[in-house]
Amino acid sequence: MPFFTADFWSILWLSLRVSGTAVLISSFIGIPCGVWLGLSQHRGQRLLSALIHTGMAFPPVVVGLVLYILLSRSGPLAFLGWMFTIEAMIAAQTILASPFVIGITMSAVAAVPTELPEQLRTLGASERQCRWTILREARHGVLLAVAAAFGRSVSEVGAVLIIGGNIQGHTRVLTTAIVLETGKGNFEFALALGGALLLMALLVNLIIVRLQGSRLPA
Amino acid sequence: MTDDALYRLQDLRKSHGSVFTLHVHQLDVRRGEVLGLLGPTGAGKSTLLRLLAGLEHPTGGDIRFEDSSFVSTELPLPIRRRITLVHQRPVLLTGSVRLNVEYGLRLRGSQDRARKVEEVLDRLGLTEFASQSAQTLSGGQVQLVALARALVIEPDVLLLDEPSAHLDPAYVARMEETIRQIQQDRRMTVVWATHNLFQAHRVAVRTALLLNGQLLEVAPTEEFFTNPSDPRTADFVQGRMVY
Repeated sequence: MPFFTADFWSILWLSLRVSGTAVLISSFIGIPCGVWLGLSQHRGQRLLSALIHTGMAFPPVVVGLVLYILLSRSGPLAFLGWMFTIEAMIAAQTILASPFVIGITMSAVAAVPTELPEQLRTLGASERQCRWTILREARHGVLLAVAAAFGRSVSEVGAVLIIGGNIQGHTRVLTTAIVLETGKGNFEFALALGGALLLMALLVNLIIVRLQGSRLPA
Repeated sequence: MTDDALYRLQDLRKSHGSVFTLHVHQLDVRRGEVLGLLGPTGAGKSTLLRLLAGLEHPTGGDIRFEDSSFVSTELPLPIRRRITLVHQRPVLLTGSVRLNVEYGLRLRGSQDRARKVEEVLDRLGLTEFASQSAQTLSGGQVQLVALARALVIEPDVLLLDEPSAHLDPAYVARMEETIRQIQQDRRMTVVWATHNLFQAHRVAVRTALLLNGQLLEVAPTEEFFTNPSDPRTADFVQGRMVY
């Protein structure tokens, strides 16, 4: 049976597109939030940390179920028309990935020596410059956060199956295709899809490791 | 108050919660002078420097830089960029010594960064370490790099918190000489906190003594050491005070 059909490449591309977009959105939201939380000291800090860490353990099927209720015809977000669309899948993966980005970035920033922000200010750093420098110092952890978020997104199956519907050529991604092919007894194709999933994760992580070692301007 | 006062402190108080830390009844820091801040560990030297740098707000009294009072307001960035503090335990950025020294100039978008950095590295004997990772330096070298990154931005006010605590005597002499030269060339104001009597004697034009959070005396350095007005200052400089 030929593996590398147009259908295969379409599934691979859609997986990369959905997970990549979800990680981009969650990084865009999560990195500034994580930096802010890592630097701030307020009363609700511990509670917020506990909530974010709980978010890392969100069961994907529950996220899928909640989104299904919200986006279905009788749901409050039905007007978006996102049911069984890529947009809904991206939303689900963003919800699942964001706690990883926020939580790991927060820990990475909090691990930067506490004296550093003050010393940067005495060298003339504005608040924005100070935050950028701290982010640079914490970049290994921040990139780890992005890698973890990508891992979470690309390997998730429950949520995208519920709200994407696994529609061929439309919302079928690697994980949902593996579930389908396994159910049909097409183990070879399912394994090939699994291999492609692992290879994609490896490539993305290699890029991230390379970024971790790169020199950024201070 | 003297006409050439850069800082003016009046009845300045600082407490951390219920713990009293510092009280300065009156102190002017004059433009272009080197003021030595003497006192044992825990006397309040670092707290006073932090107040002068605008890193902390006083709990009472007044502190002015030129005409600006910053009792409860943040120092504006343009003023903050004229003042720098070399901390007792500096933290360096990940990267080379050169990157660390260049940092303040980058923030300001300064031109001619390479020349300025090389010049200050040369003055402090750090040229051979320029490309070395800052994370591989000894404690003394870290202090020198922290001083270099402060001097390269040519501040109007240099606040030094025990800058030679981890340095060998030869490096101490070089550091003092470098600061003296730059201070005289640029008429920079220096407030130099140290617990080392000999160092204060060598570097300061005027010297102040802090004890248990109280500013006891400020006087020209020679007078401070030979004819102090406060008996506790006399005990301190003559080594009779056990602390």
